[in-house]
Amino acid sequence: MNSIALILGLPLIGFIINGVIGKQLPKIVSGLLGISTILIAFILTASKLSQFVSNESFSESLKLFTFLNVDNLVLEASFKFDRLSIWMTMIITGIGTLIHVYSMAYMWNDEGFHKFFSYLNFFVFNMLMLVLGSNFLMLFFGWEGVGLCSYLLIGFWYSRPEYGKAARKAFIMNRIGDLGLLLGMFLLIHQFGTLDYDGVIEGISQGKTSAGMLTAISMLLFVGAMGKSAQIPLYTWLPDAMAGPTPVSALIHAATMVTAGIYLIVRTQVLFEMAPFTSEFIFWIGLSTSILAALIGLKQNDIKKVLAYSTVSQLGFMFVALGCGAYTTAMFHLTTHAFFKALLFLGAGSVIHGVHHEQDIRLMGGLKSKMPITYITFLIGTLAITGFPFLSGFFSKDEILTHVFEHNKIGYGLMVFSALLTGIYMFRMFFVTFHGSYRNTHFSFDKVHESPMGMTLPLIVLAVLSLIGGALNLPEYLTHQSGILANWLKPILTIEETKHAISHSTEYILIGVAILVFVTALLFTRSKYVSNHHVPKDEESTGVQGYMENKFYVDELYNTIFVKPLEGLSDILGNFFESKVISPLSFGINSVLTKVGKLNRYIQDGNIEKYLLYMVIGVVILIGINLFI
Amino acid sequence: MEFILGPILAAFIARLLGNKLTVAVAGLLSLTGIAILFVNYPVTSLINYQESWKTIQDYPWLDSTIHFTFGMDGLTWILLLLTNGLMPFIVLSMKSELPNRHQITMLALLMQAGLNGVFMSKDGLSFYIFWELALIPIYFITLLYSESGKDNFKHTIRFFIYTFLGSLGMLFSLIYLNSLTESGSFAYKELLKLNLTYQQSIGVSIGFLLAFAVKIPLFPFHGWQANTYTFAPAAGSMLLSGIMLKMGLYGVLRWFLPLCGETLDVFQPYLITLSIIGIIYGGIIAIRQNDMKRLVAYSSLSHVGLIAAGFFTLSSTGFSGGVLQMIVHGINVVGLFYSIEIIQQLSGRNLNNLGGLAKKYPVFAVIFFFFVIGTAAAPLTNGFPGEFMLLKSVFSYHSISGIFAGLTIILCAVYMLRMYQFSMLGVEKGNAEQKIELLQWFPLAVLSIFVIVLGIFPQYFLDIVKPSLDQIMLEISNAKGVLS
Repeated sequence: MNSIALILGLPLIGFIINGVIGKQLPKIVSGLLGISTILIAFILTASKLSQFVSNESFSESLKLFTFLNVDNLVLEASFKFDRLSIWMTMIITGIGTLIHVYSMAYMWNDEGFHKFFSYLNFFVFNMLMLVLGSNFLMLFFGWEGVGLCSYLLIGFWYSRPEYGKAARKAFIMNRIGDLGLLLGMFLLIHQFGTLDYDGVIEGISQGKTSAGMLTAISMLLFVGAMGKSAQIPLYTWLPDAMAGPTPVSALIHAATMVTAGIYLIVRTQVLFEMAPFTSEFIFWIGLSTSILAALIGLKQNDIKKVLAYSTVSQLGFMFVALGCGAYTTAMFHLTTHAFFKALLFLGAGSVIHGVHHEQDIRLMGGLKSKMPITYITFLIGTLAITGFPFLSGFFSKDEILTHVFEHNKIGYGLMVFSALLTGIYMFRMFFVTFHGSYRNTHFSFDKVHESPMGMTLPLIVLAVLSLIGGALNLPEYLTHQSGILANWLKPILTIEETKHAISHSTEYILIGVAILVFVTALLFTRSKYVSNHHVPKDEESTGVQGYMENKFYVDELYNTIFVKPLEGLSDILGNFFESKVISPLSFGINSVLTKVGKLNRYIQDGNIEKYLLYMVIGVVILIGINLFI
Repeated sequence: MEFILGPILAAFIARLLGNKLTVAVAGLLSLTGIAILFVNYPVTSLINYQESWKTIQDYPWLDSTIHFTFGMDGLTWILLLLTNGLMPFIVLSMKSELPNRHQITMLALLMQAGLNGVFMSKDGLSFYIFWELALIPIYFITLLYSESGKDNFKHTIRFFIYTFLGSLGMLFSLIYLNSLTESGSFAYKELLKLNLTYQQSIGVSIGFLLAFAVKIPLFPFHGWQANTYTFAPAAGSMLLSGIMLKMGLYGVLRWFLPLCGETLDVFQPYLITLSIIGIIYGGIIAIRQNDMKRLVAYSSLSHVGLIAAGFFTLSSTGFSGGVLQMIVHGINVVGLFYSIEIIQQLSGRNLNNLGGLAKKYPVFAVIFFFFVIGTAAAPLTNGFPGEFMLLKSVFSYHSISGIFAGLTIILCAVYMLRMYQFSMLGVEKGNAEQKIELLQWFPLAVLSIFVIVLGIFPQYFLDIVKPSLDQIMLEISNAKGVLS
């Protein structure tokens, strides 16, 4: 049997079984079913890798059936393994397996246990459809499917109305992006008559379209990416999405789904290569998002919220790389980020689990002695994201910085600033959570406990990956050859990536800057939060800090300029316009008829004399007409 | 003829048998109808149809020129399947405690006869007769079983007069066309052969449009819709939105477009504009509705707007997407009204007083969610392929219009998820205790299967209607050629 069919089918089967009869199954069976489907998919994917290694242009495809065939447009339900999709599949199933394992322990006491696993499996299915699809339609299926799963999982604890609101917000903001993607697809059909990746690439190489059209298409696709990957102006759903269970935040809102936008652009890089305006646009959107989110992250006190803004910020980094045309680099950061951000989220989940569902870091402190494994793994994750030399994040972020340096010097300065902010907000959270003294009076310190093995084991694996993940694409200055990922993706990148034009000495200076940024952030936060025992205050700050605490009032702004006017319009149309304009328009005819009826009643009042009179008048008129005309 | 006489006969049997057996009769009839459909007109023969709308029965009626002529092709077939397939569910929705259930069943079955006639008639006059025949039973259903109390008569008579007057426009057009034919015939084929002048075609178009715009309804002719849907009994809302709405759309596709092809270019931009206004207008109003039925009424306005817009683009993508969406809308809206009826039994249907029903009714919540996301056109549900094709056709026609029409995917998510949130999720309000009966599960289960099946395999469906749509497209371009 085709391995793609199995890889796609297993999570689907897991979803159906757990969804239909999960409640009747013992928890252990239900959970193991969820884990094993993803694990087997992972093993199958891994076993395919060797074929790619031995054959540079290897690919495997699966055509299921014709989805639509109208008006010369044929849309197939077809899938393809190539170097890019298998890389994504490895991440999705690999990290997916770890998070499924973790979830088994984390969600054990939840009454919706089987439902959780069924949703999670369904998510993996949709995500795989997204990356394995060989045309835009399959991508769109997965794209909206993961959005739906995200909706279901954010609102998993549905009895809390505010969670439901967050879920709807996520779905609707994603739909705004989806509209962009959909319109982009329509333009593609219009230009190339197909939605197959191969067909589109071929069409472009044949010069079937104009530069302006390519800009339009790429911009629309990027609107889709903005929604899914939480970039300005569509980023506000992601922090709210933290209402979902923590494993969901790790899998969907950090490691996989939110990177779909990056995947989309890498997949369709040809379009973006030919549309310099869009690339520049992506560059600046990514950069502003990364700074804005990092600034907000500085002032958040909810452990998951900090990580959420950090994710938005890191996704911004990836888009910056894409904007520079550094597709491999973006994929590299996507990969390392998947490792360390999943680790951080799961670590946060472990903390939340240990302190009895408290998420406010102001009420934590000194947890390192009670939760040693969580502490050490979390430390590794923090070091990786902040760019501690030779950890995974260091290499990937450094690569982005080098590309940006070549691309735009002002942009480089801003990126360094953003990286500094990353260091500060991460260490702030880390120190306030694990160092200092315990501050929650409602839950005694003695009861704080380390999480069970089912949770710490995935943490350890992810910590190792975060430590050594950089090996996937070591820079040239260390190994004097291009990295593994660069070689891996080379055959599918349609455009040869430019070699660094800068000298090794400049490169060393850039590395020095990066390390300096790391050290500054570390020392600054250490002196503030460890040496001076500073704890974020409860009362509101004023000035710029107040703005940061309140997320720059963007939610309020959207509420004022979009939500409220729309609701107002709805009320005006529904209450006023409908009854005052539409109704008279439609039923004016009614009253006319009633009046005619009344007139008729007046004429036909049963008086024979009157009838005779009418008859005479009628006859006279008829005779008159006959005589004179 | 069996599709006309069958329901009429069943209507009287149901009336005679009384309350208890009426559902059984209706169910049996529909099964027979579907069986006849599949046996006499197998799907394979429809897919390979080469000739246009084949005449299957022909009965002379008034003098030699007016006939009851019935045709069959993919389009007719699929609409007959929709009508006869949905009917048992609609009958099942009538609660057993409903007074005079046999009477409302009779009316519904009579309406079925009318609807079947509309979709099969190949003669202009008999088309008109069935068209009006379908209106009379629904008038009585909304009148006698309405929930609006003393405003009852006012709403119903408004609905009746309004749609009736619209239909008169169509009658005038048909009679005028008839007077132009040499043989004085109403036959579809004869009418198609006519080459209208510019003025003639404009006049005929306006007549047809009056009837169809009210029936679909197109903005701003939708004044009757919201109140009628809201106050009608569940069965009435289902009949109206699930099937009767499709009469207007069908009329546009089968009668208006081919017969008035000469001047379509004149009307096209206005019609598409009105349709798109309807999409957005209905969507925006639906956002703030608290009565679930009224919400679905406005969402229907929005959805049929998109279907109409797709038809008016005169492209085969728009036609295919529109026909698919007619069926899908029928399934989903009946599913929604069915679910709302159940919710109403549990704790009313005002969203302000609802919440948290998923806790006590988890399985029902899942099925209801199917209809919600189907309506919101999530991929892998039946709403997606049709909406995809329709939006694509509008976008190809005019990109800015396509963007405006595309807003529906955002608005629909807003109002549908809001409805779901406030009814099923959140804090539990009220204390619904009732159990959902086995008989109520049946329609929900069957309809929800179609939500998925049509979402994954739409092409099998499109193969059935493709020959008829190609034929219609051909007629339109023939007619268009006349004046140019």
